[in-house]
Amino acid sequence: MKTNKPNKQKKFESKYWLLAIAVICVVCMGASFFADIKSGPLRVIADYTVIPMQKGINMIGTWIGDVGENFATLKEVQKENEKLKEQNETLKMENSQLQQKSVELDRFYELYKMDQNTSDYPKVGARVIANNGSNWFTSFIIDKGSEDGIREDMNVLSGSGLVGIVTEVRKHSSTVRSIIDEVNVSAMVMTTFDQCIVSGDLKLINDGVIKFEQLPNNDNEVAVGEQIVTSNISSKYLQGLLIGYVSDVKVDSNNLTRSGYIIPAVDFKKLQEVMVITTTKQDLIDNGNQQ
Amino acid sequence: MQTVKRKAIEVIMIILFFLLETTVFQYLEIASIKPNLLVILTASFGFMRGKNEGMFVGFLSGFLLDLCFSRYIGFYTLLYSVIGYVNGFFKRLYYSDDMKLPLLLISGSELIYGLWVYVFQFMLQSDFHFLYYLGHIIMPELVYTILVTLILYQIILRINRRLEDEEKRSASKFV
Repeated sequence: MKTNKPNKQKKFESKYWLLAIAVICVVCMGASFFADIKSGPLRVIADYTVIPMQKGINMIGTWIGDVGENFATLKEVQKENEKLKEQNETLKMENSQLQQKSVELDRFYELYKMDQNTSDYPKVGARVIANNGSNWFTSFIIDKGSEDGIREDMNVLSGSGLVGIVTEVRKHSSTVRSIIDEVNVSAMVMTTFDQCIVSGDLKLINDGVIKFEQLPNNDNEVAVGEQIVTSNISSKYLQGLLIGYVSDVKVDSNNLTRSGYIIPAVDFKKLQEVMVITTTKQDLIDNGNQQ
Repeated sequence: MQTVKRKAIEVIMIILFFLLETTVFQYLEIASIKPNLLVILTASFGFMRGKNEGMFVGFLSGFLLDLCFSRYIGFYTLLYSVIGYVNGFFKRLYYSDDMKLPLLLISGSELIYGLWVYVFQFMLQSDFHFLYYLGHIIMPELVYTILVTLILYQIILRINRRLEDEEKRSASKFV
């Protein structure tokens, strides 16, 4: 009997522990629905514990990658160099032509008081240091935080395409949620300015596509390969960021709207460096209001 | 003293597994599926050491995930604590030489994990493609995790054995 007693006590104890954890977790989940409880001390914990280590591992990883690349044969590089030199010359020519045109364009922009182009948004480069461990979500951590001027809701690009949006900012790192996890991004067809809704989908991204819906079924034809960009009415995304290219479009059964699939401009599996646009949509709106 | 050492080693292992999962294993994806290392760790400590330690390891693992990736704090913490707790029930049936029970329990834990995430993050957002997710995410992840378990479990087992040996030795010193 004597040996049984402490055993029994222990059982009760762990039961109560679980209950306590469950209650705390449920309360926290409820709280994070309504308020941002992740600000404050909780944010600091991650920033000073695991994230420096993730940065370190990532640095080692890129170093190993670089060493591996160094083994690529010199000949290949030389050949490429020659090719690039040729290309460089032609590009220089094109560039000077384009510069002349861009001066003209600037004048037109001023005349029409048009908004700035994508390339004019101020950007900060950042490195992806860790990605979400689960197979269900596509969020990742970058190595820039509030100290580097990153704020919540900033848009994140890779190359020319939209990757996602900053959801959480710590001092030296921030979490980015990709558009695959995002539903209902307001977008438009680049050439016709027809509005549509883009939604990421775990099921579709395995086939390499995301879907768009509610594109008005008007006379404007949407061809395969057409660019879909973020729209001017989106509340969180800046206007004109490339989401991807139309791969398939069909008229819905209601005959009023069209829907289809987009091939994203970004390869979400191979993200290493990203660009964060340091203006948010809210900034632009506020600026507009002031003026 | 020994419990402090044990806890410290457990914390180090959790952090190590978490780091592996978020950095190195993205390069070891097979068909864009990663194994779930923290479930292996939590379940192992559950059935090797009982409910309390399973819950301890699960709580910390889940908390780390919540801090870095979850929209709602507490989601993974609760899930991993439950996994640790449930595996604690099987401590009586567990023999360290037997490989079948750990494999079975870790598969079960993976299934709980998959179902939990699906139900609370997808089904509640009216996404009812359960069979698709079962076939394309839950089951592949389970298989890959089991493959990784075959190696990682041996390491966890050895660390635990060493700790238990030391604990026994220091306990006999007092007597």
